Amino acid sequence: MNGVLVILEQRFRNGIPAWIGMSWEALAAGQELAANLGQPLMAAVAGDQLDRLKPDLASKKLAQAYVVHHPLLCRYTPDGFTAAHEELIRRLEPSYVLFPHTYRVRDFAPSLATRFGTVLIADVVGIHMEGGGPVFVRQLLQGKLNADYRHVAGGPCFVSVQAGAFRADALEAGTAPLETFEPALEASQIRTRPGEPFRQSAQTVDLSSAAVIVSVGRGIKEKENIPIVAEFAEALGAELAASRPICDNGWLPMERQVGSSGQTVSPKVYIAVGISGAIQHLVGMKGSKAVIAINKDENAPIFEVADYGIVGDLFEVVPALTAAVKKARSG
Amino acid sequence: MKIITAIKQVPVRDSSVHIAAGAKWYDEGDLSFEINEPDAYALEEALLLKEKHGGEVIVLCAGPERASQTIREALAKGADRAIHLECDDLAGMDTLGVAHRLAAAAASEKPDLILTGLQSDDLGLGQTGVVMAEILGIPHATIVMEVKAEGNSIHVKRELEDGWFQWVEMPLPALLTIQSGISKLRYATLMGIKKAKTREVRRVAGASLAAATAPAISIERIYPPPKRKETQLIKGSPAEAATRMAEILKYEVRVI
Repeated sequence: MNGVLVILEQRFRNGIPAWIGMSWEALAAGQELAANLGQPLMAAVAGDQLDRLKPDLASKKLAQAYVVHHPLLCRYTPDGFTAAHEELIRRLEPSYVLFPHTYRVRDFAPSLATRFGTVLIADVVGIHMEGGGPVFVRQLLQGKLNADYRHVAGGPCFVSVQAGAFRADALEAGTAPLETFEPALEASQIRTRPGEPFRQSAQTVDLSSAAVIVSVGRGIKEKENIPIVAEFAEALGAELAASRPICDNGWLPMERQVGSSGQTVSPKVYIAVGISGAIQHLVGMKGSKAVIAINKDENAPIFEVADYGIVGDLFEVVPALTAAVKKARSG
Repeated sequence: MKIITAIKQVPVRDSSVHIAAGAKWYDEGDLSFEINEPDAYALEEALLLKEKHGGEVIVLCAGPERASQTIREALAKGADRAIHLECDDLAGMDTLGVAHRLAAAAASEKPDLILTGLQSDDLGLGQTGVVMAEILGIPHATIVMEVKAEGNSIHVKRELEDGWFQWVEMPLPALLTIQSGISKLRYATLMGIKKAKTREVRRVAGASLAAATAPAISIERIYPPPKRKETQLIKGSPAEAATRMAEILKYEVRVI
């Protein structure tokens, strides 16, 4: 067993395969880990008709790149992807297998790890070497605590990397020999029938270009209280956004959701009101240039990424802010 | 339709947690516990399916004695009966170990459908459901937003990233991990709470179900997350803090 294998992800959109950006972050994590371990780095992408992706793969610093090709991998199914990757890993026998922590990886990587008698160390935010081996850092209790995980079993260690934890621009270019790997898949192995991906409705709110965002979370308690934050956003000329539970409850439309299942934003300032700062929310807004947090709990994870904060009752602080902003605007 | 809903008991959201001696886990003694939120939605979906198609909803929960409170609450909402896998050794197990126990208990019931939340609010590994499906040899779908049962198969709407969705069809029995917010959660009625007291909770010693295997992954240390940014905390009364924050917005962040 030797080597670090990074599983890259592509998706068919409008009939052509396109890379998922998080793949390169996982590859950057893989380059760093392989260098630290002194082991060769490999990468693989699975699908069908992937010729368009080959130049990108061949221009990375890799010991070997694999295009896992099969017509049954054209559309993603957990059965197809689990079986194809299982076969590849049994042949290559890497000591580490890294994935981007995407929805697809969440769907099939746990099955894959189970087939090797191990558990995926999911949603990792950092990797460091300690005592000659890697320690994988992930968050517990929605970001309240960090935990150092180690793989203590034999066999390959499976790890998925959180969005934004590693920098794709740190990736080293080079040349990689390409090999096509054809897994022995059969249609009878695939038990689910996937439909065509679709978008629910045209997105009419584009938060990604907003310069100022006021975002509201569970701390607002009731739908009837939303106007308190809406008035503040209006006074500031900001777009109103929300964390997932607010949209789940129908208090604001889904298209105003920021986070891993919503929009990714990078405004000049992001003002988080009553948002505790669960990982799923932070990945959507950590590109903001400045972050202001208003929360009653001084230990809320949102303060880990905040430049400015007010620890207090939002029902007192936000109306005062609305008034102060109106005054500052007229002054 | 016979539906098993696997639920987990986790610390109440917004609990303040203290790292335990040895820094391998946190103190549980001073915490309150509740149903893991995505599991509450899985239970709700199970109850809705039963109302539509008939059948039975069985709650399955692995946990220490304190989990019986969460199990009672699930019964009060309308589950027909429950299986409590009594486990005091969960902290020393990994996902695979727990999933083996849950799968063994589920297999003995021969369910048509197993539902669980997409992830837990405490560990957040998001794998127990998928690993159970793999152990049981049944198909699965994750991050499910809608379920339609038709004869021997189900159609489910999966959430993909960036506002994309996809319908997937699969034969029963199957396992689904349910996304939060799939529907509105019901409250237990007074009648439900009364009835729950008479409903069966089968207690099974967790350790008797599946051979204990050494964990494949383990927590070496837990600690408060390092601060990524130095936060400037604005003190004072709400009015004072607001005035100072408006100045920051105007002169430092410069958005006014």
